[in-house]
This record gives sequence, C-alpha cells and structure tokens, in this order.
Amino acid sequence: MSSILRKRFFDQIAVMFGREPKKPEAIAPEAQNIHLFKRGNRDLIAEKLHARAHAIHANKWRNRRWAVLIVVNLMFTFSFWFDIQILEGALTASRFIGFHLIDLNSALQVMLAHKHIIVNLVIGTATVFVLWLLLGGRTFCSWVCPYHLLAEGAEKIHLYLVRKKLLTDQNIDRRLRTLSWIVFAALAAGTGYTVFEAISPTGILSRALIYGPGLALLWVLALLVFEVFFSRRAWCRYACPIGLTYGVVGIFSPVRIKYTLDGCFHEGDCRKVCLVPHVLDTVIKGRAVDTEIPIGPDCTRCGLCVDTCPTGSLTFDVKGLSRLL
Amino acid sequence: MSESQYPEGDMAADAVSPAPTSSVVAAPPSRERLQQARRRWLRTILLTGGVMGAALSGFLPLIYARTKRLRPPGALDEKDFLASCIKCGQCVQVCPVQAIKLADLVDGIGVGVPHIDAREQACDFSCDAVQCILACPTGALVYKKPAFLSVRKGAKLAKAPILKAKEKDAEPTLNLSERIGVARLTRPESCLAIQGKGFKGQARGASFKGRMRYMEANRWKPIRVAEHPYDVGECDLCVRECPVKGAISIETVFAPDGSRRKSPVVHEPCVGCGVCEMICPVEQPCIVIEAREVWNT
Repeated sequence: MSSILRKRFFDQIAVMFGREPKKPEAIAPEAQNIHLFKRGNRDLIAEKLHARAHAIHANKWRNRRWAVLIVVNLMFTFSFWFDIQILEGALTASRFIGFHLIDLNSALQVMLAHKHIIVNLVIGTATVFVLWLLLGGRTFCSWVCPYHLLAEGAEKIHLYLVRKKLLTDQNIDRRLRTLSWIVFAALAAGTGYTVFEAISPTGILSRALIYGPGLALLWVLALLVFEVFFSRRAWCRYACPIGLTYGVVGIFSPVRIKYTLDGCFHEGDCRKVCLVPHVLDTVIKGRAVDTEIPIGPDCTRCGLCVDTCPTGSLTFDVKGLSRLL
Repeated sequence: MSESQYPEGDMAADAVSPAPTSSVVAAPPSRERLQQARRRWLRTILLTGGVMGAALSGFLPLIYARTKRLRPPGALDEKDFLASCIKCGQCVQVCPVQAIKLADLVDGIGVGVPHIDAREQACDFSCDAVQCILACPTGALVYKKPAFLSVRKGAKLAKAPILKAKEKDAEPTLNLSERIGVARLTRPESCLAIQGKGFKGQARGASFKGRMRYMEANRWKPIRVAEHPYDVGECDLCVRECPVKGAISIETVFAPDGSRRKSPVVHEPCVGCGVCEMICPVEQPCIVIEAREVWNT
C-alpha cells in the first residue's frame, strides 16, 4: 500500500468514529493527471450526457440484499415455528445447526456486565467475528439487521417529504455514535446490566419476528417516526453502537466497495443514496487520492451506490481475490 | 440531470435558511454558519437525550426486581442473571412445554429476559435434562455456578434431585444444583386435601392450555392437562404430579382445633418447578412457588 493510501486508511477509521472527511493533502500523480484531464473537458460533459441518456437503473444489489435479509430473518422464525432447528435463537445469540453464533455487540455488553465469560460465549463471539471479518463488517447492518430494512422504508417516506419541501433533513453530529458506544459500554460495565439490549431495535425486532410482537415495538416505531419526520436514518447514522462495533471489524475486512476514478463523472448520485455518505467523500471532484480507492470501514456494503452509479465506477471488490483470478 | 457539485463539508447540511449568505469567501465563519452549527449541536443534544432517556428504561428491571419472577431452572441470582442473559430466547425454543416466556416492555423485568409463569405453564422437566440450561449460550442458566459466584444458603439442593419419571433409569437425577424457588402452601384453608375432599374432572377446566408429561400416557410427548381428567377420593394432585422424588407428600397433621387432617407438606428436595401450582384445581391456587426463595428448616 502506498503511503498516500495508508494515510487514507487511517483517516477513514477516524471518519468512522465521527470526524468529518477532509480534503486530501497529497494526491498520487496518476490520480492528479486524471483530475487535470477532467477539468473543463467538453468531451467529458458530452459523454456524461450520453451516459445519462442511456443509463439503465438496476436494483440488482438491493434486491439481492433484501432477499438475504428476509431469508436470514425468516430462517430464525421458521426454525422456531416449525421446529426445524436450523437457526435457533435470535439475532443476539443463536445456533446455526448447533454451532454457536453470538452478536458481537450483545456479547460485548454481556461480557462487560457479567464480567465472566464462558466457553460457549467465546466460541460464538469468535465465530461471528471471523464471519463478519470475511464478509465485510458492517455488512451485518445492511444485509441482516431487520431494523435496516424498516429504516429503508422510512427513509423513502422521508425523502418524499423532503422532495415535497415539507421538511428538511436535520443532520446530527456523527461523533454521537462513538459517544453512545462508550456510554453503553460504561453503563454495562458499571451497573452490571445490559442497558443497551433493552433498547436495541435489532434485538427487539428479531425477537418480535420469532417470539411474537410486544410493546417494545413502540420504541422501534418511535425511532422510525423520528427518522421519517426529523432526521434521515438517524438511528443507524448517529446512534447505533452495533454499527460501530461491526465497523471496527470491517477495518480489516477484504470485502469492500472499490472506487475507480477514471470513468467517474462526479455527479454524486451515490452520495445521495448512501446511508453513510461521509465514506464516499472520495467521489467528490478532485478528492480521490489514487486511481483506485477502497471505501472505508463505515461503509455497510449495501450496494446502493453500485446500483446507482451510471458508469460502474463503484464495484464490489474482494481484496486480493481480483488479483488471484 | 443536475451537475451539482457538493460544496465542502456535508452536502446534507440543512441548507434551507431564509436568506442566502452573501459572504461566500469570507474567512471567518458567517453568522449563518455559526447558527447552523449551533442548531446542529442542539439536535445532537436532543437525540442524545432521547436515546439516553430511553436507555434508562433498561434500568426498570432493577426497580421492579422486588416483584420476584420465577426464572428458568439453573438461573443465576437475579442481578447476575440480568447481567448475563443475552435475550436470545434459545431457552424458550428448546422447552418441550413452552414454559419459558420472554418479558415485554411493561413486564418491568428487562425486555427479552425469560421467566416462567408457573400457574399458566410450569416446568415439568419433561425434557429430562434441563434443556434450557444446555441451550443457554452465555451461562445465565448453569448446571453449577462458577466458583466466583456465591451460593445463597438454602438455595443449594442437598442432593441432585431424582426425577420420578426417570427413577428406573441408570441415571435418574437431574443435573441441577440449586433450586429456583420453593413451593409453599399459602392458602391451607382452601386446600381440598386438608378439607378431606376429593377431586373429579379436569384439574384446571376444559379451556386450560397448560401441558404436562404424563408417563402413563406418553413419555416423550406432553399432553394438555385438560386431556387428562382426574378422579381421586382425596385430592393429592400436587403430590401425585410433582416431578421430583420426595419433594412433597401428604402427611397427617393436626389442625389448630386438634383434629387430624391430611395435608401436603413440602420437603427439602423441592426445586421450585411450579407443577404443584399449575395443577392445583382450586382457583387461586392453594400452593404456590415463592420464586428465588431458599429452603428454611
């Protein structure tokens, strides 16, 4: 990895914890050439309009993702309903054909609160850690978390209301998520009670899908209402410590979105659909530090940007794999 | 299509403000910008307050902890149990009689934490092996407490309880070292045994949903209590259906007026499973489980 990309790698970790993305200090000469080439290039503008006119909007990744999310959650539900014992438990902790799987954030809460770790807890947590290390960290958020799917629905309503100029998105300081992670970890350790688990919409929804609905869903509803009328995707963007936990795992994950500077028209469609647009600061004109850039760990690998990009400049990438093939 | 380039900073910043700023290139941040930053801070504080306020509801169980709920067998003491339970419901899934329920928001015992309502559906150990303990991934339910946790006096069972259903097996005991409660005859005045009355019919009426394993009916499949009517000359349902050997028996006792009476008497092996409470045919059961209570001699 070049020193420029290494710097960006660490910058992206800071961005995940809440720092605003900054203009890069150094840009690789190859990338600099492309930036210069694109500046005021009339052919490029003509090309852009042409690409626009022929763009076919696909929902390939979104459909795949929704299918996976629904199937995974239904596997929990049906395992219990029909007693088929494939995936027993809930998203917080489960057993896949007998193998322990334990959600990293829930495991962390229990470890901090109980201060005693049994073997099964270690096995389940380690398995899930390795799993999401291989699958992309926050992939958990967009491909598994049931709240994510509901929030995507709420987001559509929110964006409709914004388009109708009935409201504006009230953005919030992203450092709040880091703060909430620290506060909930401290509460678990200090009080010996897993406080976050009581309000985690992921846990509440997962249990509701399996064991039947309860009044706890009112809290989930309140979050959705907040997101529709006040702040777009507020819970996932600014509050949920689960996202940060999996984000940290994602730092080391080989699965990520790759940005290729060459064909990008810098129109920013990807940033408009993105849950975490700060990871896509690199697509802004003149910002890319290299010709190919891996998107940072806060990215949920949801693939909306891949679907929406008219030029194919954003693609799924497995580090090392493309070189192998 | 728009050619829009994002200005520096966040494109989603609430750009809707009554007057456009005139000083775009001004070095010090404009009043407008400062105001936006201030509003953003206020929103951040608002959301923080909201989330933290909701999180406080997580502490409700500690306040309500006084109303003792019956936990599944092998549960740690309440505080440790609430700390270690990961709220996945795997104990719920393995229970053959579905005795274990997860708490809702208003139950005040932690969203998603398991408990047993013995009157509705008691644990009758028809799984033979305390499956819920086996299923628990975090050690909130344990066969034996880890060394650093203290065992309350009287909570420890003198011997591993012998399951009547397995009495003839090579290994007749349940792997359970502590009781989850103790049965207590709280309303002796209504007890049919003490009154010398018999009982005929469905113990809890035709509509009762509770299930139990009757060895004589089917060892492996619990059936509804309503499908198993009784006809006994002297009521002894709590003794008859108690799954643990030697936990309860009918004894001759002397009433305050000196007369001899038959009465159910609870003994030390009682683990607090709650079958007696479920099966008691009197409405408002005469015998109930005192959750998390220890054995006092």
